[in-house]
Order: sequence, then structure tokens, then C-alpha cells
Amino acid sequence: MAKKLPEINSSSTADIAFLLLSFFLMTSNMEQNSGLQRRLPPMPDENQEVQNQKINRRNILVVKVNSADRLMAGNEPIDVSLLKYKVKEYLVNANNDPKLPEKEMKNIEGFGEYEVSKGVISLQNDRGTSYQMYIAVQNEIVKAIDELRDDFSRAHYGKPYLSLDEDKQKIVREAIPQNISEAEPKDVSKN
Amino acid sequence: MAKFGRSGKREVPGLTTASMSDIVFMLLFFFMVTTQLRETENKVMVRLPEASQSAKLERKDLAAYINVGPPTRNLQAQYGNDARIQLNDSFRTVDDIRDFIATERESKSEADRQFMTVSIKADENVRMGIITDIKQELRRCSALKIMYAARKPSQD
Repeated sequence: MAKKLPEINSSSTADIAFLLLSFFLMTSNMEQNSGLQRRLPPMPDENQEVQNQKINRRNILVVKVNSADRLMAGNEPIDVSLLKYKVKEYLVNANNDPKLPEKEMKNIEGFGEYEVSKGVISLQNDRGTSYQMYIAVQNEIVKAIDELRDDFSRAHYGKPYLSLDEDKQKIVREAIPQNISEAEPKDVSKN
Repeated sequence: MAKFGRSGKREVPGLTTASMSDIVFMLLFFFMVTTQLRETENKVMVRLPEASQSAKLERKDLAAYINVGPPTRNLQAQYGNDARIQLNDSFRTVDDIRDFIATERESKSEADRQFMTVSIKADENVRMGIITDIKQELRRCSALKIMYAARKPSQD
């Protein structure tokens, strides 16, 4: 009688394949492409007179970061964790404080009249500022504006900003603009 | 009743696991196909700073990357450990950015050129001086859409 060959147990091939799969899953890091998007101001023409943009002093909140990563907002030193509240308070200007930015009635298409703040946040840094700090400050400012947008969209549409459709997001963006100016490089070490 | 009687020991038929490996291999192939391998070799060490508000870049194909950071360990003997700029595959200086941007622009289709985003991937420990130089140079070649690459802070 011919000896019957025992069948190869194939149940473990799945385990081997799983092992391979988890190896690839762990070692491959997905190229994460996220970050803070910004638009740089165009370079002023050399032969063109530097037109002095007359922005009212109350409409600019100057945020300075020096080479020791210390922070100034307005004219007082501040901690990064508090910057968000400062920026929010500044942009909302609930009591129409004459020191805080002006508001301008604007007709937003599809929404109607809304008082848009004219406030601009000007971010100045030193050459010695660490990139980490700079991003942290940028992040706080963006966070403040994102939260204001969220408040606005919750108040008017009952939904957070990110779950609105494209048209409504545009309205919100117009009502609460992200005015961050990255100033010309300046030496802010002497402050 | 004899028909249904026990004939020796009753056994539950085993599940066929033979097809399981096929399924897993399919998964494996899916991941192997979808992960894209890095085209350029990193010559600088970049540990991105954290930013909770970072948003995804919508058009990955329209991005140009500028890496800034200290050279990797094996290159430090040659280049020192000062922060350097890497464009494509080699160390460059700020003056080379103009050419780099021009080439990148050329490679995109005409309609998409205005949407090109320059992604600055800088190490969290570099100083702003080099970043400012890059930004000024980018303004000069009017590549105004930029992105500071950052990672979401890990929740733990």
C-alpha cells in the first residue's frame, strides 16, 4: 500500500502573511503633509515708493518674539498659553473699546450686513528666535481665529465651522478674516 | 435510525483557512501599492514642530519642498552641524532657491502653476534667521503660497 503523503498544513501561511503585513504597516510612515498655510505679502517694487500704508494704530496688534523666545503682545510681555485669549479679546472687541480695533459694516454676499473687525495681527520675530517657538505662536493665533470662526458659525448656522458647506465657510471666512501679517525682518532684540 | 447513528467519533469539520492567506496578501499588496516611497534621500534631519491647528495640504502634487535642518549624522563630519537647506537631492544655499522654484514651476501644468505651494519643512530647533532668508527669497520670486510643515501633537 502506497504511503499517503500528509497534507501540508496551510493554516500558518495566514500568520506569516499577517506578520509581513504588520511589518510593512509599522515601518512605512505615511508622508504626512500637514501644516500651517500662509500667504506671503508680495515684494514691494524697488522703484516704487514705499507707500505708507496708513493703518490706524489701534488696528494692529504687534506680537514680537525675541531671540530668547520671549513674547510681547501689544506692549506687555505675555505667555504663549495666554496669547490666544489676548488675540480673541482683541479681535472681538465686544465693548467697542477705542483702544481695540475698529469694525466696519460690510455686506457679505449671501449673509447680509456684518461688522467685520479691521484688526491685523502683526508678527515680528528675531533672527535668533527658534522655529519651534515661532510655529507655536503662529499656531496660537490661528487657533484664536479658528475658535472665533467656530463661535460665529455655531451662532448663525448651529454647526461647527468645519462641517459647513463650502459657500457658508466662505461667508464665515469673510466675516472673520485671518489677517496675520508677517512683517519685514526686523531686529527686535532690543526690546 | 441506523442511518443517523454515530459512526465512530463525530468531528466538527475544520474551517478552511487556506483562503485567509489570500485575503491577507491582498491587503498586503494594497498597502505596498498605496505607500509611496520617498523619491529623494534626506540629507538633513528634520523633526517637525508641533501645531495643533495644522491643516492638510489638498493638492500634494502641487507642492515643492524645502528641507531645512542640521545634516544627518554621517554627513556631519563633512558639513558640520549648522542648519542647511536641502533642495531636491543636495545641499544648497538661499541663492539657489530662485532656480529651484523656477524648475518646480516649469514641471507643473500651466493651469495649476498659481496654486503651487512651497512647503517649508524645517527642524524645530533651527533659528528663524535662515527661515526669514528663505521667506524673503520666496517673496522675491513671488512664490507666495507657503506652508510651514508641522505635525499634529500626539494625544497621550
